[in-house]
Amino acid sequence: MRLLSSAALAAVMSVTALSGASADTLKIAFIDPLSGPFGPTGQDGLNEWEYAAEQINAKGGINGNQVEVTGYDNKVNPKESLVQLQKALDNGVRYIAQGNGSSVASALIDAITKHNKRNPGEEVLFLNYAAVDPSFTNDRCNFWHFRFDADSDMKMEAITDWVKGQEDIKKVYIIGQDYSFGKAVAAAAEKNLTEKRPDIEIVGNELHPLGKVKDFTPYVQKIISSGADAMITGNWGADMVLLIKAAIDSGFDGKILTYYGGSRGAATAMGQAAVGQVMAIVEHNTNLEMSDAHAAYVDGYEAKYSESNYYYQRIDNAMHMLAMAAEKADSIDPVDVAFALEGMTYEGPTGTLTMRADNHQVLQPMFMSTFSDNVARGVDNGPFGWVADDAARIEAEDTRTETTCQMTRPSK
Amino acid sequence: METIVFSLLNGVIYGLLLFMLSSGLTLIFSMMGVLNFAHASFYMLGAYFAYTISEASSFWVALIFAPILVGLVGALVEKYGLRTVHVNGHVAELLFTFGLAYLIDEVVKIIWGRNAVDYKVPELLDFPLFELFGAQYPAYRIFTLFVALAMLAGLWFILNRTRAGLIIQAALSHPHMVGHLGHNVPRIFMTVFGVGCALAGLAGVIGGNYLVTDPAMGVQMGPIVFVVVVVGGLGSLMGAFLAAMILGLLQTFAVAIDARFADIFGWLGLDATSELGSITIASLAPMIPFLMLVLVLMIRPRGLLGDREL
Repeated sequence: MRLLSSAALAAVMSVTALSGASADTLKIAFIDPLSGPFGPTGQDGLNEWEYAAEQINAKGGINGNQVEVTGYDNKVNPKESLVQLQKALDNGVRYIAQGNGSSVASALIDAITKHNKRNPGEEVLFLNYAAVDPSFTNDRCNFWHFRFDADSDMKMEAITDWVKGQEDIKKVYIIGQDYSFGKAVAAAAEKNLTEKRPDIEIVGNELHPLGKVKDFTPYVQKIISSGADAMITGNWGADMVLLIKAAIDSGFDGKILTYYGGSRGAATAMGQAAVGQVMAIVEHNTNLEMSDAHAAYVDGYEAKYSESNYYYQRIDNAMHMLAMAAEKADSIDPVDVAFALEGMTYEGPTGTLTMRADNHQVLQPMFMSTFSDNVARGVDNGPFGWVADDAARIEAEDTRTETTCQMTRPSK
Repeated sequence: METIVFSLLNGVIYGLLLFMLSSGLTLIFSMMGVLNFAHASFYMLGAYFAYTISEASSFWVALIFAPILVGLVGALVEKYGLRTVHVNGHVAELLFTFGLAYLIDEVVKIIWGRNAVDYKVPELLDFPLFELFGAQYPAYRIFTLFVALAMLAGLWFILNRTRAGLIIQAALSHPHMVGHLGHNVPRIFMTVFGVGCALAGLAGVIGGNYLVTDPAMGVQMGPIVFVVVVVGGLGSLMGAFLAAMILGLLQTFAVAIDARFADIFGWLGLDATSELGSITIASLAPMIPFLMLVLVLMIRPRGLLGDREL
């Protein structure tokens, strides 16, 4: 199917080339896992980038240039990513998209900065759509990096904003994976909760080994006997699914507040019992009120890729903001586009998005989505999906965090 | 008090699941002297077969037929694969099972997809059996307990009280002698391999919906099963049972204990804020099996109840 579509894309492009337009191709290299355990996740991302490109090409492309997205498999390995980056550069790519793994993003940021310093006139821009390490927009902020996802501190800001309005939550248990990300989530949760709801008692703060626990029941029983009425976790993958399953089996009846409850395959594993109890902080879900145009966009995607669900609204956002910036600058040169992106606002499907000029972090409305069995659009080909009402909406401005970024900009 | 009760229950159930998984392996291991790396993959196959069968009919049908199917696959693998490779020695056999594990993993991904499948606990057992200190205890877990106990009793009876068991036991330690007495030793090997795989399959049927059925479940269980077999001792079912129980209990108790190194070794002047002192006992839980493996190999290489050295 994809072979066919890229063939069609190639055909379309060769026609435009023949028609003698002076237009260039705007090449985006998608550097993420396309094989191995995280392959399916990466493939979803690539599908959405390709779909976004296709849609914008149908409307005349970015500032008159056709967009071409090519996947480069990095196997979530920072070293391999640099090899793929070099390959992309050799192919004349000037835009890099990546999201899975902050370790990879970190390596890419360093390599791109070096490349841009050494090759003036051939600068490359990094569109980060999912790597959430806060340092990329703080201490390690960089002119060539733009993040279209909320960082992990902002997500915690949003989760705790929601908790603030929930009077019946009195005791919170924090549980996470024992590595840098889990620790960062725990620290942010503790800090935010003590600020926003000093009356809340944090009854437990626990880290478990990453990807090694098969039965979470002992942890859950600890959580239940602590009397917690909400649990916050940054867990992803099997660690998240097993934790939620064990919690529900043991009759934990509080809310389970997650970062990645919406990730691929989780809905099937959680099942009916998780309905109404599991929540996830996301920038979009397919059961939000959508304009006709946006609904058509989502349906078009799900019809084309029946295996996957529409998940990354931020990819659509990134593509549109890239197009707006290129038009504003009347150029597709990364330097001009980067300057145009700074401080830009975009009226997206969920509200107004702003790309902060001071640290290149997007501000967008976030939604504390709830797992539901009463949905118009389900996920994983099942009856379950995610919903969010007005009370679950966290405004873009409320997710703003202080930044320590000292941006150094190139001369225009 | 509640911590102890819960940890006991959970530990026993987890231990029994481990035992179901490793009982077949310990038989195969002592018979052929080769660790079957693909053993945990048969566990995964059991879960997937059970999922497919229970979609088509019911869980109860799956409970009976999925292990039989896995056993048949195992028997075929022994007859057409391992037996041919056997002439080239143990290393070839080891590598064969190693490759087989990857093969099964990939085949499962192709047939059932890369994501978890919706293998549910049967509705009949999907209710909280009793409430204990505010936490519910699912009936399915207790059912797991009984299935494992029934399996243990059945296995013990066959091996110790029947003629077939007598021959198997003899073939385990003296295959040539049994062969000279006129028994078909290759067929005994095939049967034991098949039954061993079927037991792993049964563990998969039970464990697949109690945990998660996804293509990573085999890889996750693999190492810990080896630990049970080695710690328990070669060819000793009782040893495997003991080792599985000890492992299950130790791991759950370690998680339940809210203590840090500093609380225990405080008298040595260990500070709770120091690197070492701030390590929690709970975070050591996944390390315990492998610590046991290393210690047993060093101190008592034939395992808890084994009669032969490795």
